[in-house]
This record gives sequence, C-alpha cells and structure tokens, in this order.
Amino acid sequence: MSHGSGERTISVEGLARVEGEGSLRVEVHDGVVGEVALEIFEPPRYFEAMLVGRNFTEAPDITSRICGICPVAYQMSACAAMEAACEVVVDERIRALRRLLYCGEWIQSHALHVYLLHAPDFLGCADAVELAERDQGAVERGLDLKRTGNLVMEIVGGRAVHPVNVRVGGFYRAPSPEAVSALAEPLFRARDQALATVEWVAGFDFPDVEADYRFVALREQDRYAIDSGRAVSSDGHDLSPAELSALVVEEHVERSTALHARLGGVDQYLTGPLARYSLNSAMLPPLAAEAAAGAGLGPVCKNPFRSIVVRAVELVFACDEALSLVENYEPPNPPAATVVPRAAIGSGATEAPRGLLFHTYEIDDAGTIRTARIVPPTSQNQLTIESDLRQVAQESLDLGDDELQWRCEQAVRNHDPCISCAAHFLDVTVESS
Amino acid sequence: MSPSARPTVAVWKFASCDGCQLSILDCEEELLQLVGTVRIAHFLEMSRASAKGPYDLSLVEGSITTEDDAKRIKQVRRMSRKLIAIGACATAGGIQGLRNFAASGEYASVVYAHPEYIKALDTSTPISAHVPVDLELYGCPIDRFQLLGVLTAILAGRRPRVPGHSVCQECKGRGTVCLLVSRGTPCMGPVTRAGCGAICPGVDRGCFGCFGPTDTANTASLAGQFRGEGLTPVDTSRLFRTFNAAAPAFMAESVAQGGAPPVAVSSPGNDAEGDR
Repeated sequence: MSHGSGERTISVEGLARVEGEGSLRVEVHDGVVGEVALEIFEPPRYFEAMLVGRNFTEAPDITSRICGICPVAYQMSACAAMEAACEVVVDERIRALRRLLYCGEWIQSHALHVYLLHAPDFLGCADAVELAERDQGAVERGLDLKRTGNLVMEIVGGRAVHPVNVRVGGFYRAPSPEAVSALAEPLFRARDQALATVEWVAGFDFPDVEADYRFVALREQDRYAIDSGRAVSSDGHDLSPAELSALVVEEHVERSTALHARLGGVDQYLTGPLARYSLNSAMLPPLAAEAAAGAGLGPVCKNPFRSIVVRAVELVFACDEALSLVENYEPPNPPAATVVPRAAIGSGATEAPRGLLFHTYEIDDAGTIRTARIVPPTSQNQLTIESDLRQVAQESLDLGDDELQWRCEQAVRNHDPCISCAAHFLDVTVESS
Repeated sequence: MSPSARPTVAVWKFASCDGCQLSILDCEEELLQLVGTVRIAHFLEMSRASAKGPYDLSLVEGSITTEDDAKRIKQVRRMSRKLIAIGACATAGGIQGLRNFAASGEYASVVYAHPEYIKALDTSTPISAHVPVDLELYGCPIDRFQLLGVLTAILAGRRPRVPGHSVCQECKGRGTVCLLVSRGTPCMGPVTRAGCGAICPGVDRGCFGCFGPTDTANTASLAGQFRGEGLTPVDTSRLFRTFNAAAPAFMAESVAQGGAPPVAVSSPGNDAEGDR
C-alpha cells in the first residue's frame, strides 16, 4: 500500500511492555497527523477516596499499592508529605538510608525498563526472550542488575515489591551494618554492568527527533535529586512541593481514567529521566558524568528515543550513589523520628524512576486523613507523550503501517509510562485514514 | 497438557498494581530457564507478541471492577485449561475492595470531576466470584518462590501446595520473638496465612495481613487481644480492612468491630457455574 498520503489509522489496543494497560490511536488525513490519543482505560481504583478516614501512618503502605514497580516512590512521597504536615525533619542517617532504598528502586526499575521493556524496540525484537536468543549476555547482565536493585530493596526495605520496613518518620528497624556492607560486592558488579549498559545502548540507532519540552524535576543544591528538593522547570519555575501542588491543575477528560496535569492549568510539561538529566546534569558525580559524555550526551537531551541512554546513565549514578551510601552507612538510632499528628496540610515530592510524584494530605489532630491528592508521573506526562506521538508519527509517515505502529508504540515506551499509577490501562491505536 | 510441546502460559491483568506480574519478571535467575520450559504466549507487560489461545495455564492478576472486565475474565477462563488467581486483588478484591463498603458512586466523586465518565462497578470482586479458579496464590504481593514452586508442581504433574497455616509458624521457624506477647505490638500474624516468611515481625513490625486469612482464622480472639492492648474498635477494624478487606473472615471481623457493612453486593455475571 502507499504511505505518506491518504487516510491511515494506526491503532494498538493493549500496548505492550508498559506497566498497566492502555491504548494508542493516531489518525492520518491527507498525509497530516490529526487526532492522537493515548487512552487510559485501566479501571480506576480510587486511592484518594480510600485514604479518607485512614490514619496518617497508613498512607505509605496503602499508596505503595498504586504501583508494584515503584512502591518506594509512593512510600517516600507519602512520608515526606506527612512529615511536612507534622513539621518533622528526619536526621541525616534516616535520609541516607531512605536514599539507599530509593537507589535500589531506581536500579531495579531502570534495569527492567532498559533491558526488558525498551531495548527490544531498538533491536527489532518482540521481547527480551527474543533478545536473549540473539544476545543472551546482554539480557543476563540486565537481569543481574535488576537483581541487585531488588537485593538493596530487600535488605533495606524487607521486600522488593511493596517493602515493609518504611514508616512515617523513618524505618521500623535499621538494617545491621553487616547486612548493608554485604551489598557492596553486588553493587560494585552492578556499577560495572551499568557502565557496560551505557556503552551498549549508546550504540543503538536513534531516530533523529527532538522535541521542545518544558521539563520539570526536583533539584537539590549539592546532589542529583531523588528523595527531596524543590521543583524547578526549564522555563524558570522554582517551587516547594506545596507550591508545586498548588500550581498543578488536573483535568478530567472522557477518554482517560488518568487526570491530565498542567502547570497553572495551561502548560503541559514532562517529568522523568530526560527532565532530571536536562535540568540537573551538572550535579551528576564524575563517573556518571563521564559515562554520559562518552555516550555522546550533551548537558541537555531532547531526543525522547535517547531516554534509554539517560536511564543507563542514571543506572551508573544510582549504583555509584548506593555504593557510597553503603560505605558510609551508620544505622540510624532510633530508626524513626517520633511524628505527632497535628491538624495541617502537608505536601511531599520525590523522583520516582519514571518521574516526579507528589502527594498532598490534609490530616486532623488525631492523625485521621481528611483529604488526599496523589499526582503520579504519567498523569503529568500524558499530554507531552501525546505531543511526542504526533511529532514522531508525522516524521515517520514514510514507514509502512506495521513499522509506523511499532514506532508509535516506541514513542510511548520512551517515557516508561506507568498506567497502573496513572489510574491505571494503556492501549495503542494508530489510525491512518 | 500436550507432552510434545512446551506448555503455554498466559498472564492477564485486571484491576491491580502490576506487582504480582512483576514478581514473575523478578525471578531473575530463573526467568530465562522458565521461558525455556514454558512458552509465554501472552504477557503484555513483557512482550508485544501475543499468541492466540487456548492456553495450558493462565495466571490472572487483579480484581474485577468493570462490566467489561467481568466479560473479559469469562473469555480468559474459556481459553485456559488451568487458571490460577495470583495476589490479593485476584483472590480477595485487593485494597480497591474498600469501595465495597462505601455508598455507590461516592468514591468516584471524590477522585473525578466528571464521575459520569467513569464506567466502573460499585464493587471490587475476586476472580472466583466470576469463574471457577483452579488455584489461588495469596499475597500483596505474591511470593515469587511460591509462584515458582506452584509452576514447577504443575509442570511436573504434582498437586501444588499453598500453606494454610499462619504467619506465627513462620516466626517460630525463623526464631523471631513474638511481638504481640513480648511487647503488645498489634500483629495480624495469628490470623494471617503464611507465605511471606514473616518479614514484618522480622523488622520489629506487626504483621498487617498481606496474605489474607488462614484457613481457620480465629479473628474474634485476636480482636479481643487487641482490645486488651488498648486498641479501639476503629483501630482494630482498620487492621482487618486493608489489602484483603473483602476476604470473608477479615470482612466479618471488621464489621463486628463497627466498620461499615458492605453496601453493594451484586455484580454482573456473578455466576461462577457453568462458564468454562
């Protein structure tokens, strides 16, 4: 059939290799991409309603069930929000242990995305099983990296999926110095594997696409932000988590059970690895910065397909950071700060592997939750993912239908959307009429 | 299962967090061996390739919360020789089962500006409320070693075993001092099914019931003990009302402690009979 002109519809119902379920649809009329929709049909689970009437101490465990891939992000944002409401600042040892746990989640989630979800696209494979038939060593390296991330989560958090050791104020029990120092050996290996990952993905072929993103990410003064910081944007915003929560307006549209977020109700934006890297690349420690330079990344990356390289660089960073936290580990004693509830509103924001995640809670004097608001990364990114789809489809109209569909799927997977988080179903449909 | 070919496995998702599916991918050491032993015919989170059924075995994650899903689970059942429900959502309705205790439409109006756009049922129900299930694997999330054990048993033609005893026995096994007895820490261990390895008491935390009720849970006795430790009925009701809130034993105790009773009980196609 002829491509590039006439009417085409690319449609994928049941987008694969993303977390959760949704669909994609792109319509092409007379060689021009028209309607583009990332539809999220994942059935709603109403977390914000379930939380009302629960105790403030329950938020980390309940919200972690929003997402099995990034439960730590939910736990950390919930803890930060509750501690802000109760005006508690935890000590440096607790912060360091939280950061170590969070590094474990970044390693696990990024290794999953790079190797099992994203890389097969670049190598023309349906999945990592097919990839393993061609390059078993690469897949084994990815699985070993992932295992190390899970191991960190198990030692610090007590379990890899939905860790049990996290509480508002800190931890139930600080892991022993012996258990933590035993992480050094697998983390050394993981750091080398992460460096090899950067080299591997840097050699992939990338479509020559750049988008004009409005980036939003957390920033800290002295380090690459993960577990805290102020939300900064590429157009000059510099916001506390509470100010961010006030500025972000979510819109409910008919085609999606995820709410669409805009800054000030107007501007779409992008969070996640591209945003973090582009806003904070100067904060990367030397090893990760050198790996980025070696992979040909400049200080800013606007090519969504290269997000796999940025994720690989963040893998190097997370392994390196985790190693340094392991080497300097001192068990917090007590393992948690005492948190006394007070009637207040608190916001907390942290960097989930796939982007910024913020929570805002109103609690009363008894610690009962009155209102809850949870804004996951994919809700914030959905409008930008649709813009990407439009641009990528428009620039790829010379491809045949099957390849165009695959390219469109890839345009969505570039951003590692988590539809379970966003509400939670992703299907891809590309319509060319 | 046909002895000549690798058995086919399909993985399905309903309302859930993906964590139980992730547990399959978390079998890092065994994953490549597993995919050499069985053919993963449908697993959207892992592959864009999908083979048509029927399948020898389906693993089903998530609960039924929409009319479409109530229909889809029947199709899945028809395509599957064996069906295993995995995780608290699929076996008890999950954390989203809390909606079963709220007035119809109340939850949607809290979260969405236009609840009229939302097509969801008033209830979150387990897979077994809709179709016959060959085996239930509990947990929020499931334990990946238990999953591997069950898959191995099925592949070998053995009957898989899922523990029916309590977390208490796991604490004894690992030598963890009883938190409830020694410190008065509220712990759901005595009424909660084993399978996690007693990881919460292992970090000085009371069990919070991820694996749901044991086969013979004496919840009233435990609730009495909680009262003796100074918990209010509201606190006790909340302890029974989390990830397995709609599991019958936990639901009954949470209601006995004064929690709101389940409001909506009907869901479409709620006939487990004759739909294979």
